[in-house]
Amino acid sequence: MKHIVSYLAPYRASIALEMVIKILGTLAELLLPWMLQVILDDLVPEKRLNAILLWGGGMVVCAAAGLVFNIIANRMSTGISRQVTRQIRFDLFRRVLRLSGAQVDEFTTPSLISRLTSDTYHVHEMIDRMQRMAVRAPIMLLGGVAMTLFLDPVLACVLVLPLPLMVAGVWALSRQGIRLYTATQTAVDGMVRRAQESMAGIRVIQALSKIDYETGRFDQANRETAQREYRAGLLMNATNPLINAILNAGLTGVVVVGALRVNAGASQPGAIIAFLSYFTMILNALMMVSRIFVMLSKGIASGRRVAEVLQAPDDMLVSPIPASPDHAHIAFEGVSFSYGKAEKDLYNISFSLQAGQTLGIIGPTGCGKSTLLRLLLRAYDPDAGRILIHGRNLLSIPSQELHKMFGVVFQNDFLFDGTLTDNIDFGRDLERDALCRAAQNAQAEFISTRPGGLDGRIAARGADLSGGQKQRVLLARAMAGSPEILILDDSSSALDYKTDAALRRALAHEFSGVTKVIVAQRVSAIRHADCILVLDEGSVIGQGRHEELMQSCPAYRAIAEAQMGEVD
Amino acid sequence: MRESKGLGGPAGNDGKSFERPKQSAGVILKRLWTYLAGCRRLVALAIVISIASNLLALVGPKLSGYAVDALRPGQGQVDFEAVFFYAKWMLVAYLVSAALSYLLATLMVRIARDVVYRLRRDVFEHLMKLPVRFYDSHAIGDALSVLSYDIDTISTMLSTDLIQMMTNLLTVAGSFIMMLTISPLLFLPFLVTIPASILFTRYRARKVRPLYRDRSAALGALNGYAEEMTGGLETIRAYGRGNVFLHRFDAKNAQACEANYRADCFASMTGPSVGFINNLSLALVSTLGAVLYMAGWISLGSVSSFVLYSRKFSGPINEFANLFSELQSTLAAAERVFTLLDEPEEAPDAPDAQVLAPASVRGEVVLTGIDFGYSPDAPVLQGLNLRAKPGQTIAIVGPTGAGKTTIINLLMRFYDPLRGSITVDGHDIRHLTRASLRLAYSMVLQDTWLFTGTIYENLAYGKPGVTRQEVMNAARAAHIHRFILSLPQGYDTVLQDGGANISKGQRQLLTIARAMLLDAPMLILDEATSNVDTGTEQQIQKAMLTLMQGRTCFVIAHRLSTIQNADQILLLQNGRVAEQGTHQELLAKGGAYCALYRAQFEDSNAG
Repeated sequence: MKHIVSYLAPYRASIALEMVIKILGTLAELLLPWMLQVILDDLVPEKRLNAILLWGGGMVVCAAAGLVFNIIANRMSTGISRQVTRQIRFDLFRRVLRLSGAQVDEFTTPSLISRLTSDTYHVHEMIDRMQRMAVRAPIMLLGGVAMTLFLDPVLACVLVLPLPLMVAGVWALSRQGIRLYTATQTAVDGMVRRAQESMAGIRVIQALSKIDYETGRFDQANRETAQREYRAGLLMNATNPLINAILNAGLTGVVVVGALRVNAGASQPGAIIAFLSYFTMILNALMMVSRIFVMLSKGIASGRRVAEVLQAPDDMLVSPIPASPDHAHIAFEGVSFSYGKAEKDLYNISFSLQAGQTLGIIGPTGCGKSTLLRLLLRAYDPDAGRILIHGRNLLSIPSQELHKMFGVVFQNDFLFDGTLTDNIDFGRDLERDALCRAAQNAQAEFISTRPGGLDGRIAARGADLSGGQKQRVLLARAMAGSPEILILDDSSSALDYKTDAALRRALAHEFSGVTKVIVAQRVSAIRHADCILVLDEGSVIGQGRHEELMQSCPAYRAIAEAQMGEVD
Repeated sequence: MRESKGLGGPAGNDGKSFERPKQSAGVILKRLWTYLAGCRRLVALAIVISIASNLLALVGPKLSGYAVDALRPGQGQVDFEAVFFYAKWMLVAYLVSAALSYLLATLMVRIARDVVYRLRRDVFEHLMKLPVRFYDSHAIGDALSVLSYDIDTISTMLSTDLIQMMTNLLTVAGSFIMMLTISPLLFLPFLVTIPASILFTRYRARKVRPLYRDRSAALGALNGYAEEMTGGLETIRAYGRGNVFLHRFDAKNAQACEANYRADCFASMTGPSVGFINNLSLALVSTLGAVLYMAGWISLGSVSSFVLYSRKFSGPINEFANLFSELQSTLAAAERVFTLLDEPEEAPDAPDAQVLAPASVRGEVVLTGIDFGYSPDAPVLQGLNLRAKPGQTIAIVGPTGAGKTTIINLLMRFYDPLRGSITVDGHDIRHLTRASLRLAYSMVLQDTWLFTGTIYENLAYGKPGVTRQEVMNAARAAHIHRFILSLPQGYDTVLQDGGANISKGQRQLLTIARAMLLDAPMLILDEATSNVDTGTEQQIQKAMLTLMQGRTCFVIAHRLSTIQNADQILLLQNGRVAEQGTHQELLAKGGAYCALYRAQFEDSNAG
């Protein structure tokens, strides 16, 4: 939370000024009941009409001052929170972009998204409202009490006595309320998840006539949610009647004690009327305080989640390791890695590729193929062994330099809402020519038949493209930046055989000098590779060329034979 | 000061997807009332209590005014008997009022709970009964936001806003009458402040609404962008393009902050303005009251009561603007709820519909002259004829979008054909109950559907009351038994999020096991293709072959073995059956199928 507060530091002076203005505005309002008292108790008995009008005018001026000052202060606070929020969001997204693979896994993507969206929203609300209410409420409260003390100290005691009771009550209720609301939110999330699941399976549910069963399952979640909402609602709705009861009881007390004081000549009836006004002010301030609690607790929870990301340590540091002269382009030397640091996801991988050579990787799902690629891209650092590019340890290459080397297509890779140009260029400011050539090499001739061609838009996640079209756009992206190394993770699985063959030809001819690492499910995609790794449960169980593996590696041969008779 | 819910969430609560002829506010309220009518007595009670509580609260200031009148300035002048009398009643009025208002709140929260529970139940039940067509044309997310966000808005309205509205209405009316009875002359200042606040409210509403709309749009765009880009983190990092996307993000960030600022600037005027109108009333009432008191026209107590009433009076008038916009957003939410509830359910079975007893089904399926399109102007199938004899395997091949899945939709009666008929064992399926027709098929789809629950529950899903032994047998037949036993809790392992914790191939095997357990006389198979490793794929294939034995099977085929052994192959192209026959017949014909087959065969050999 300190971290979030530190974002306010540059605006210290403005915030101070804003608070002063806010205080002035609030004080102007606080003067009103007192002026009323002066009019009724001092001026009326002396029948000074002019003075009454003068003081009346003064009240109007004070009201106007309250309006102007408060509006100015609120504007300032809105302006400040605009700047602060923008900065927090900017820093947060920047940090998210620089998180390492392991850190993303730890936070999880949905959680990062909600931190970027709803949490920054709550933090903004908090910063904004706190500047306004957190100043106004205490001033109203304390100022109100001070004014009453000034008017009549004894009478003020009647008013001040129930205060601690109320503050305690509000405090306890809010705390409990926050707990109940959190529980409600969890129940709502669960209910929504259940509904979502059922809707996703509508075909199966209707096929098996399980509507009643699903309705029953949902009913449990629905009941639970309704009950929790009920409990939270009961509690939160108790606050206002409670505050009202206590304050109005105090009000009666003021009248009674006031009567005693007036009778004793120690007070005036006008003071009592003024008192009643201050009462209302204090009441409002208290209600504000209870709202502040709720907001603050939400804001603090969100602020913590934001700060967690912001303060995540940089874990992919560049360390100066001297390069060893090596003629290989890419080399893995005894590389082992584990995501959870318990079971090995990759074990003792070694290979070496010359510039322009192709590495093929094959093996069952979950055997570590994609993990190997991630290590090469330095999304994770290996637990043992080292990875070299041109003899330089991966750990010693600055990230900007490292990532310029690659053209990558992941499985189910990322396409975003924008033009095809945008998606292929991917923020690299490439020449138009390069984009066209890449599209050509990626066999993405379908682009020219789409409205707008390269400048046509595609939907988020490429939802309006077929699987094969998506893969070709992604391939074009990977090919466009004249990479040194092409990394393709199962990136042609949705292509028909003809396109796939044309793609392989393009790779062989146009990218002959580029080192390629290709992960595939199909033998046909990698059979011409200079080296093929057969992985199983993170270990290499076969390594060599196609012909060698057909002889030496039974697992490889089994895969190849199984695929001989496929129609697709 | 109330929070505008959902503004911060990802975009898309506009509910555009259920756009239909607008329902009038009257109709919506009437339908909401039918939900409230279930707790008619509670509602009536709530109204009575609300009136009582507010009237008591309104009596307070009047009583305190009488008490103040009894305070004649000067020592020993106070009429204590009167003061105590009024103070006592004041206390009673206030306390009873507070107690009643808590009782009222309890009632309303309870009413809200009941209404919201029933709304959610009805919406969900309706969703489950909607035809598959609905799900094919709507995003699930929109229905979810109706279920959570929209119904929640209604709940808030019922449990808090409604009380506030009643209170405000009664307070304004009550205060107005009280003030007039105390002194019509003193009411004069309000002739200035009331029009002023009404004008301001209207001006504000006009100005603020578009600003808020901009704000929602900008925030939605920003959140959408953040969501999209966070999904692509790995790629962005791999290409080292973080800074580019950061600056694009910041452009949207700046826009959102700016739009937010403009809206908030305006919104933040409300508080001070309400305060000002209050204070202005106080100033004017005080001055005028003092003058009138001096002239001896009214008593000091009247001034006191009047001041208290005036404070009560002006607050709600400004609150109304807020509440009115709440009411509008509730109406909009309710409209979305009812529009969803109005989506036509699957048409009921024909009155004379027969029940297809699974045990007696032979499995002869005949499709005659089927025309079909998801929309009338885009035909998917035209003039399709097909006869499947009991126990035959029909393979359906063809490029994506040729209508392969459509045939499944028609067989299961998720859709009805535009023309032509489908019969099972000679019964037109339109004269069968849907439930019995559907239960006559086992279905294994590419999109495996598993739910959050144990593996046992997932397998037994189609057949309640099966024994554990039967479930295990099915799993064994599907070659997934051993895998299940290797899990920490075996058959009691809970599948999270639709089986996200197991691999795709294993999910497929589980759905095959589920189909085996169902043991229906006919089978629909959509073979999975991509992203499954060869070992698992072989297991799946073996399991599917076991499953197919002795059943009439419709297979959307990708594998040569399935196709070669099929009794009939349908090659679909552009919505028509381009070729139909056995593997040998089609090869001999030397047409499109032959070309497809050859090409594939050559490719696998020559690579």
